[in-house]
Amino acid sequence: MSLQIGVPRETFPGEKRVATVPEVVEKLKKLGFGVLVESGAGEAANCGDDAYRAAGAEVVPDAATLWSRADIVFKVRAPNADEVARVREGQTLVSFIWPAQNPDLMQQLAARKATVLAIDCLPRQLSRAQKMDALTSMAGISGYRAVIEAANAFGRFFNGQITAAGKVPPAKVFIAGAGVAGLAAIGTAANLGAIVRANDTRAEVADQVKSLGGEFVKVDYEEEGSGGGGYAKVMSEGFQKAQREMYAQQAKDVDIIITTALIPGKPAPKLITAEMVQTMKPGSVIVDMAGEQGGNCELTVPGEAVVRHGVTIIGYTDLASRLAKQSSTLYATNLFRLTEELCKTKDGVIDVNMEDDAIRGLTVIKDGAVTWPAPPPKLPAAPPPAAKPAMPPPAPKGHGHGAGEPMSAGGLAAVFGGGGLLFLLIGLYAPAAFLGHFTVFILACFVGYMVIWNVTPALHTPLMSVTNAISSIIAIGALVQIAPPVEAGLSRPEELIRWIAIVGIGLTCINMFGGFAVTRRMLAMFRK
Amino acid sequence: MSSSLVTVAYIGATILFILSLGGLSNPETSRRGNLYGIVGMTIAVLATVFGPRVMAAGIPYIVGAMVVGGAIGLYAARAVQMTQMPELVAIMHSLVGLAACLVGFASYIDTSIALTGAEKTIHEIEIYVGILIGAVTFSGSVIAFGKLSGKIGGKPLLLPARHWINLVGLVVVIWYGREFILAKDIASGMTPLIVMTVISLLFGIHMVMAIGGADMPVVVSMLNSYSGWAAAATGFMLSNDLLIVTGALVGSSGAILSYIMCRAMNRNFISVIAGGFGTGEGAPAKKAEGQPAGEVTPIGAAETAELLREAKNVIIVPGYGMAVAQAQHTVFEITKHLREKGVNVRFGIHPVAGRMPGHMNVLLAEAKVPYDIVLEMDEINADFPDTDVSMVIGANDIVNPAAQDDPTSPIAGMPVLEVWKAKTSIVMKRSMASGYAGVDNPLFYKDNNRMLFGDAKKMLDEVLGALKA
Repeated sequence: MSLQIGVPRETFPGEKRVATVPEVVEKLKKLGFGVLVESGAGEAANCGDDAYRAAGAEVVPDAATLWSRADIVFKVRAPNADEVARVREGQTLVSFIWPAQNPDLMQQLAARKATVLAIDCLPRQLSRAQKMDALTSMAGISGYRAVIEAANAFGRFFNGQITAAGKVPPAKVFIAGAGVAGLAAIGTAANLGAIVRANDTRAEVADQVKSLGGEFVKVDYEEEGSGGGGYAKVMSEGFQKAQREMYAQQAKDVDIIITTALIPGKPAPKLITAEMVQTMKPGSVIVDMAGEQGGNCELTVPGEAVVRHGVTIIGYTDLASRLAKQSSTLYATNLFRLTEELCKTKDGVIDVNMEDDAIRGLTVIKDGAVTWPAPPPKLPAAPPPAAKPAMPPPAPKGHGHGAGEPMSAGGLAAVFGGGGLLFLLIGLYAPAAFLGHFTVFILACFVGYMVIWNVTPALHTPLMSVTNAISSIIAIGALVQIAPPVEAGLSRPEELIRWIAIVGIGLTCINMFGGFAVTRRMLAMFRK
Repeated sequence: MSSSLVTVAYIGATILFILSLGGLSNPETSRRGNLYGIVGMTIAVLATVFGPRVMAAGIPYIVGAMVVGGAIGLYAARAVQMTQMPELVAIMHSLVGLAACLVGFASYIDTSIALTGAEKTIHEIEIYVGILIGAVTFSGSVIAFGKLSGKIGGKPLLLPARHWINLVGLVVVIWYGREFILAKDIASGMTPLIVMTVISLLFGIHMVMAIGGADMPVVVSMLNSYSGWAAAATGFMLSNDLLIVTGALVGSSGAILSYIMCRAMNRNFISVIAGGFGTGEGAPAKKAEGQPAGEVTPIGAAETAELLREAKNVIIVPGYGMAVAQAQHTVFEITKHLREKGVNVRFGIHPVAGRMPGHMNVLLAEAKVPYDIVLEMDEINADFPDTDVSMVIGANDIVNPAAQDDPTSPIAGMPVLEVWKAKTSIVMKRSMASGYAGVDNPLFYKDNNRMLFGDAKKMLDEVLGALKA
């Protein structure tokens, strides 16, 4: 018996997102689930009832029907009082819950004896949990939207331009906090052509900022601010003072400030004071993405855009919802990935496996029992505390010639000593004729050495086939054996040598012709 | 033709051979380089045939042998598939080795060369050494051919006390060398010569049998080198400077290639030749620790196509798996499609990717991939951080981050392509089996890595289909 997944219309005022989209409905059906969608649920996210029907979902007329028929309910916002009242025993709810901020809601849900998975409680440090990380996907969208909102309120271009009418300087954007939202904002603003600066208490994100085209502004104070789980922690007094000075300076210089600083379970830090706002140029814009937690700017009015001292301060708390189609699609995909984890057998039945770290973390209420907060997950393989710096390659043993490092003095001495001894022996015993050939041989080795180092690595295979063809020069050895002029008085086993030589010629000719031909064939293929 | 004229012709041929190798420094000039080689060879052969050392009576035999051999060679060159190049090169090396042996034997039984004293000794040493190198080259190349073409398993054959066996062989060879030189006539010298030849043949077989699949590029280039030394030895034997020079050129070329390959694997030449890397002696202990545990993230062809379509910079890293699956043409189709869409697609080639030096370049060239987007490891490694998608097709050890991060890894210190620095890396593999080095690959467990399981050709066809859809 496969379970029914229900997707109600969001009831929060202004919420445009929906917990699943038609494309994901198809995937859920493939896992064996039935899907119920409340009529009009996806309207604001451009997903009409017909699209859901076409994807195989059943559209039900109202919320009451949906809640009563669904075994699993997917939501975006935490349920309101009416919705909580509709939760039945044994039902599973997947949604944002924020259990730390909403203790009452937790109590009520527990009283309904349901199972609740809070998508915001996902243990984000588990790498396999990332595909389900709705916080990250929503934050990315918010960061993008924050820049768009800023651009909308800002009276100038973002990119610098040289027009016939004169030069336009690029906008300067400062982004406080380089988490997921901050990084998305950096990327978006940089792509629009603005000069982007960013700051974060976690020094390790500097590279990420740079990689997106931003400039990392350091606070002139030594302290490490990484607080676990990818969040920052509260910093010391000295640091905060230095940070304020830096922000004050940036406020005078930049046109747009986007703040994303959040500390889990605490009100957002007040980074931008009223005085700083006063020093900003008229027409500047502040987008405060921490509006919901009180805002990073003292003058922020959560949920609204206001103008103070000539500066537009945007405190919208629904940035992700303002990009409803995109955020719904990503959120739906996150939930789909979660469903995959819950239903590994693909038979339309979920198993809330409390042994699984990711699912354990998500599950805040299990059959009416509050299981939040979850113990910290045991990481499968603790990542090394700090990435070991790439170790220096072990010193190459022997074989010091060529383009490598120079040989050690001892090795060099041994080579020269050995070579000298060999040469001495040859000089003492070898006849003159041999020495002539030996000279040629040694010089040829050096010529070969010089020539071959110039060969481009891409042509190493043709090099081998052409040297192979050339080494069939050994044919000459066989050629001169076939019918040499024999001095009078000497005899030789003519027939035997001839046949050996003929075989030798035949073999080397395979090589000679084949080698050159195949090299030619190969080289003809190399083209621009 | 007088003997002076022949000598001058030989000098001309020598110069042409050097120019031929020099031409390979650049794909532009390489075709001309090959032509120089052909001209040089023609001059050398004609000068010899019409020179004073060959009487007119021998010419019909020569023409007959050349026609037969040439026809076989041309047929082989035409019929061979580019993925089989390593096999072809290996079998051709064996022919050079065999020819060197034959010339050596023929030279020894030739009673018309009468030498005395030190000259005779030197001549006999030359014969002995020439046959020795020739025999090792011959049997070693035949085994290499067998391994490369899959007729012999790729696993190294590790006899107990194999180093001692080799040492005993060497001592016997030196002992019989003394016997050979002291032999009074040809008949009594024949026994040591044949014993030595047999030992050399066995040594060649044993040497290559003990080498693992991953070390094949070193072996192929080493045999290339040997075939050159065999020619040089023959040159000494026949007092022919052209053979000496050409042999030395080829010999040093192969030696340098072996050295480059060894460096690319961060291995000592001696240890490669001593053999036994293919299974990785230290590897099983490593795995027991369950080292890079974690989960891999599989991906489908459609999602791969999606990632590629949305990328701006793509680097493809091909390995032997691409050659096995014959996937290079599909790779090119994908590349062409993406490049038309404005995606910057490039290729990163590790020096030891494939089974012989430059193997991947030839395969990509065969598939018409322009060579200016095919880059060497050193040229492209710095670009991975700016790359959206890096795609690894049938390669493993050459993209293993353990080589940099884990000093205890058997491949520690080997230079690798840093594909994990790209935003997303996709590894195409048939299964989770480890590479030739037998080392587990932490790349697979990285957060930004996706695994596309399946036969490379089949999966790439699907990706191409999804891209075009």
